[in-house]
Amino acid sequence: MQKLIDRIRELLADGTVARVLGWRTGDLPYNPEPAYFECEEELQDFVYNGFCGANLSKYMIEASRLEGKTLVCLKPCDTYSFNQLLKEHRVDREKAYIIGVGCKGKLDIEKIKKQGIKGIESISGAEIEEAAESLTIQTIYGEKTCAYKDAMLERCHVCKGKEHQIYDELIGDSSDTTDADRFAQVRRIEAMSPQEKFAFFQNELSKCIRCNACRNVCPACSCRKCVFDSTKFDSSQKANADSFEEKMFHIIRAFHVAGRCTDCGECSRVCPQGIPLHLFNRKFIKDINELYGEYQAGEDITADTPLTHFTFGDAEPSIVGERG
Amino acid sequence: MYKIAREKMPQLYRRIAENKELYLPLEIGGQANFAVWEEGDTAALDVLKTVKSPKDAFFPQSENLYTCKRDGKKLSIEPQALKEQEFVVFGMKACDLQGVQVLDKVFLADPVDSFYAARREHGTIVALACHEPEETCFCKVFGIDCADPAADVACWMIADELFWKPLTGKGEALTAQVCDLLTEAEGAEETVEAEKENIRRIVEKLPYMHLSLDGWNADAQKEKFDSPLWEELYKPCLACGTCTFVCPTCQCYDIKDYDTGHGVMRYRCWDSCMYSDFTMMAHGNNRTSQMQRFRQRFMHKLVYFPANNNGCYSCVGCGRCVEKCPASLNIVKVIKKFSEEKAAGGEQQ
Repeated sequence: MQKLIDRIRELLADGTVARVLGWRTGDLPYNPEPAYFECEEELQDFVYNGFCGANLSKYMIEASRLEGKTLVCLKPCDTYSFNQLLKEHRVDREKAYIIGVGCKGKLDIEKIKKQGIKGIESISGAEIEEAAESLTIQTIYGEKTCAYKDAMLERCHVCKGKEHQIYDELIGDSSDTTDADRFAQVRRIEAMSPQEKFAFFQNELSKCIRCNACRNVCPACSCRKCVFDSTKFDSSQKANADSFEEKMFHIIRAFHVAGRCTDCGECSRVCPQGIPLHLFNRKFIKDINELYGEYQAGEDITADTPLTHFTFGDAEPSIVGERG
Repeated sequence: MYKIAREKMPQLYRRIAENKELYLPLEIGGQANFAVWEEGDTAALDVLKTVKSPKDAFFPQSENLYTCKRDGKKLSIEPQALKEQEFVVFGMKACDLQGVQVLDKVFLADPVDSFYAARREHGTIVALACHEPEETCFCKVFGIDCADPAADVACWMIADELFWKPLTGKGEALTAQVCDLLTEAEGAEETVEAEKENIRRIVEKLPYMHLSLDGWNADAQKEKFDSPLWEELYKPCLACGTCTFVCPTCQCYDIKDYDTGHGVMRYRCWDSCMYSDFTMMAHGNNRTSQMQRFRQRFMHKLVYFPANNNGCYSCVGCGRCVEKCPASLNIVKVIKKFSEEKAAGGEQQ
């Protein structure tokens, strides 16, 4: 992390960048927050560790409107989101100085707490200097340990790889943390009967509290004004009153980001009710791969996008009936 | 004081549920939340904090107010019946109880909210002391003692026994309904006192429990409102409503008409001051930026509410927002930032 801070300090000092978008040390061992740093003095609170899961790409929409360049720290998977935003003309490449930061998998405090670890005072092993096998957690109820893998975010188990897709410079090593099949759970759901599928999603989506965290964190949800925020849209919106409307919100959102979602996993990371929202998006990604050929949003900014380009070989609507 | 063995708790639930709705923390889809217990459900009483607070039991996230129906040329209006079913909320914590006290100040003050008042009248609260409070808790800052919850019935889970102490008339009535399942606990006062002491010792060790609210009062309204710190603090805020929807005291709501196709349902639902359409009026919105919306939430909890309610803050230190904010922002960080700034200002002088 020191190398990263030194370089950031240099770029701030020589005026290459006007500000830095990174993470500020939290007041608990696991809650750093996204933050802007504008001078060297502020950088003493800069941190980059295993709990810096937040994808900073979306903040670059606002930062693109500011005077001067913003240095942004992006992990390999975050760069897919940045690229996609670039393709959609939502961020300005000229306004960004991208440091591709190393990543060896990010941590999910919920997974640590689910293991019954509470009263946390400090956590070691979450630093990024070396790949720790396990976390040592001091709590007021004694010392606990937790395997790093068992505390990783779901998305890190299906890592998109250690390569940054866009950057100005790279600092730190990354590793591919894949140890699961990205579409395994989608296949399990596909194999269910319609009744089972309905029950599965009913159970998950009935937990929704309409906080909009999934939408607001999503780099693909970059509309200036969401239809669900319109006072003229006749739906029960934030009422959480009706199970149909609850599903409608999530299903419309999934359709809207189809073909553009990079599978960054932020929706599932932030959901306060632990709804596996990424499953909707992954189903679309899997279908796109099968119907239009392998495609990863945010990988190649010049490539044609499957859902916005017509070819004579495209799937016909009848495919829906044929595939069941 | 009475007690019951942990393994007999399902019998207790069954007995209460015979003629009352029983709200318990239940694990549904991997998340513990208060919900109506049904035979076969396992209570998650060891979970310290449910995701949402139990305020739904008294002030549900959404509720119908009345329904209009059209049948040909005939229009009819059906008022929504007030709650008449007796119910018990089992497993609330001391902070959640204080949350209800805050809601009382809003909904039971003139003009009384009849929907809320009916639920308060028919609800009995069985509270549970916090056996192992956590690092996100800061109830003590607001004068709350999580070792000794003052509800209709106070309970302590010690080893494999639940100790049960009725404190009000409602609590006595509930105790009478379940008394054959409870046993008199002789000498239990000592055991419970030891548990309380143990809890209070843990509280002393928790990082947020010694937070200072110095400077958060009505006199500081203008100074706090005008502070340049908000511009910095709000920046990571995603403008979602997580903090407001998991909060036990947030009480703002919206009222809307829902077109059912053959009539209208007038409902109210929780609203969030973090949302852009909050307090939308004919002339537009009086808070035009996210900074203003962010500031409003903390000013309300720490300045406006106490100014209007004899110094009672409308935060109870449950720490749910601390745990759930997607950007790791929270009221504790806000309070600390103002304190740091004050300390730095002091040094400079």
